[in-house]
Amino acid sequence: MVEQTIIDGNWLPYSFAFLMCLSMLIYGVLDGYDLGVGMLIENANWHEKDRMIASIGPFWDANETWLILGIGLLLVAFPMAHGIILTKLYLPVAVMLFGLIFRGVAFDFRAKVPYQQKWRWNNKFFYGSLLMSLGQGYMLGSYITGFDSSLAGVTFSALIAVVLCSAYCLVGACWLIMKTDNTLQEKSVKWAKYHLVNSVAGLVAIYAVTPLMNKHIFDKLSSFPEAIFYLLIALFTVTLILWLYRLLRKMPMPNDRYCWLPFAITTTIYLFTFIGLAYSFFPYIVPNKMTLLEAAAAPESLIIMLYGALLVLPILIAYTAFAYYIFRGKARDLSYD
Amino acid sequence: MEVDSIILSRIQFAANITFHIMFPSITIALGWILLFFKIRFNMTQDEAWMKAYFFFTKVFALSFSIGVVSGVTMSFQFGTNWPGFMETVGNIAGPLLAYEVLTAFFLEATFLGVMLFGFSRVPGWLHTMATFLVAMGTTASAFWILVLNSWMHTPAGFEMIANVNGLMQAHVTSWWDVVFNPSMPYRLIHMLLASGLTASFLITGLSAYRVLHKDRSDSVIKALKTSIILATILIPLQIYIGHEHGLNTKEYQPAKLAAMDGTWKTQTGAPLVLFGVPNQEHQRNDYAIEILYLSSLIITNRADGEVKGLEEFTEHPPVAPLFYGFRLMVGIGILMIIVSWTGSYYLLRGKKLPKYYLYTLVAMTLSGCLATILGWYVTEIGRQPWLVQGVLTTKEALGSVKSGMVLSTLIVYLSIYTFLTIGYIITLFFMARRAGDGGQRDPEKQVITGGERLATINKTTG
Repeated sequence: MVEQTIIDGNWLPYSFAFLMCLSMLIYGVLDGYDLGVGMLIENANWHEKDRMIASIGPFWDANETWLILGIGLLLVAFPMAHGIILTKLYLPVAVMLFGLIFRGVAFDFRAKVPYQQKWRWNNKFFYGSLLMSLGQGYMLGSYITGFDSSLAGVTFSALIAVVLCSAYCLVGACWLIMKTDNTLQEKSVKWAKYHLVNSVAGLVAIYAVTPLMNKHIFDKLSSFPEAIFYLLIALFTVTLILWLYRLLRKMPMPNDRYCWLPFAITTTIYLFTFIGLAYSFFPYIVPNKMTLLEAAAAPESLIIMLYGALLVLPILIAYTAFAYYIFRGKARDLSYD
Repeated sequence: MEVDSIILSRIQFAANITFHIMFPSITIALGWILLFFKIRFNMTQDEAWMKAYFFFTKVFALSFSIGVVSGVTMSFQFGTNWPGFMETVGNIAGPLLAYEVLTAFFLEATFLGVMLFGFSRVPGWLHTMATFLVAMGTTASAFWILVLNSWMHTPAGFEMIANVNGLMQAHVTSWWDVVFNPSMPYRLIHMLLASGLTASFLITGLSAYRVLHKDRSDSVIKALKTSIILATILIPLQIYIGHEHGLNTKEYQPAKLAAMDGTWKTQTGAPLVLFGVPNQEHQRNDYAIEILYLSSLIITNRADGEVKGLEEFTEHPPVAPLFYGFRLMVGIGILMIIVSWTGSYYLLRGKKLPKYYLYTLVAMTLSGCLATILGWYVTEIGRQPWLVQGVLTTKEALGSVKSGMVLSTLIVYLSIYTFLTIGYIITLFFMARRAGDGGQRDPEKQVITGGERLATINKTTG
């Protein structure tokens, strides 16, 4: 089968589908944590808000870039699907963008306006993060249902929107466990536990409803050997969730041991959920309507982008890692000098 | 309904791009100016350069983040409102945009973190390096975007092939020709110089404002001088390259040039219309003030050269916006010459800058943004009715979204952009005022002690 794919030249669109999924997954984790932190500040006091935002300060800009890469790859590698998907998602995309605008500018304005007005921009930061997450969740839900705009479809999408917010809060809280200490860290553990329970409840609901909403997925689930694959994914995910919950109950540990572990586990849970989803949709890019191959750009365009991507991605990952290394350890107050 | 949707979508995209372009046109050049401040500090160890650096880093950060979010918005609107664009020319636009994200966007976004918050965490050379990479990133980003935009004006290096559904799609025959399409060098340089002028006048404006608020500290004067000198050098270059760009337009988009000049009839010895009111119905300019032969002289280098008029073209872009937009842009350019050269004259003579001059500078703080926006209006409206000249019309690219939906998002976008533009300007001047209050290096920090500062300096330079 692999040989056949190579002979057909189909490996090129599939490689791009892989790259696109990869950058969306990275986006989900990276911007997920800073969106989560953005939503969690609502529950924090004045000083904690500063500390929490300081923990994401040097990173959020680059995190957001993964969204541009993900959507950019959709746009450049699958131009035919890009138009269809984004036209269908017009409203949630607009909502997400309004959130994105406010969140991005609030981050800078809050540090530069007169001190008395700072709370306003903190608020905008919170609402921006919330809108953006809700928008993305709704987009995801709507995508899963194949852009079903009936009441059932809308309700399902709204449910996913809420679940995604909770999932972002979970990874955000895990990030804070890693990057903060003392009372803020203790608070973060509480947040993580709360949102873990919420996300799991939501996740179960999704697993139950998704096959009903999407016939293609239902067919896959009920056929052999695909069902085994789903079973394995589910098994891994459940194990990880249980492990994370047990771990969180013991947090924070003496000497701050394993403060990075919840973040790592959550990332892995993201990974498995994502693989499950991606596997369900394959080979479609517009659910049940257009396959990856039908939507792909011309091979001569794909190949020149692939060269670029293979050359640049390692460098990019290296300097991203370097930036995380520079700002390692517990978050300190941010200042320019 | 169809018509409504296209007008609303066009207004929405225009609003978005108008709002967006202000910020890159500031940051592209400001990045290099910051690098200059940093290098001057490294060379002289003069604290004043570092103060200038930190103040304008804040301006940079604020402008950058607004630029990023409005840029992301734009890239989504390709899909939500103009799906036909990517469907038809995605094979060309796609890789160019991908290269922008891969080579520029990540670079600037990642090292911006180091540049802004890393001064006390990384060695001095690395901080300088981060500043360089951010400047490099913004410029590389401008390069790719200007390549794509120029290609939309003067497409080259491709062929049209029908896909299985019969949709004609552009396929690349030569990437070299795509990237170095005929108008690219002119447009890119024109934009980079525009950015240089925008950043220069922003710095002079904010610095003059600080001087007027009795802040005559070394850092303010140094920034002021640097930017006046920079503007003095850049403005004649800009006028020259603008002229060359015009000649390039004559070659490839003659209708646009005719509309800019307000030339209705093809004629020899055409006059330059200084001002007038274009009259589409009667194909002439009312109340025109003209200088004889000058238009021919500028365009063809000969007083009796032939200049093509709008009558030659069955379809031409709307005249009024191009005609006025072009005159306003050139008008601002002439003002820039007068102001920057006057400033250099004062500096050369070693004179104190008089009050009226400082007020003029404050008034011209955003003149560069304005001129840039006008210039973009001229070139983009001048391409209509085409989206990609000769390949795809704007109408063909429009998506299927209902006009009511577009109207509601348009209203929200317009209110957000108005709010943010006002907020941005107020905040700029507020930062300038506050920076002058206590003479601290970083106004964002409430208290900074001398010892702490000395320690930082020793650490980074030692």
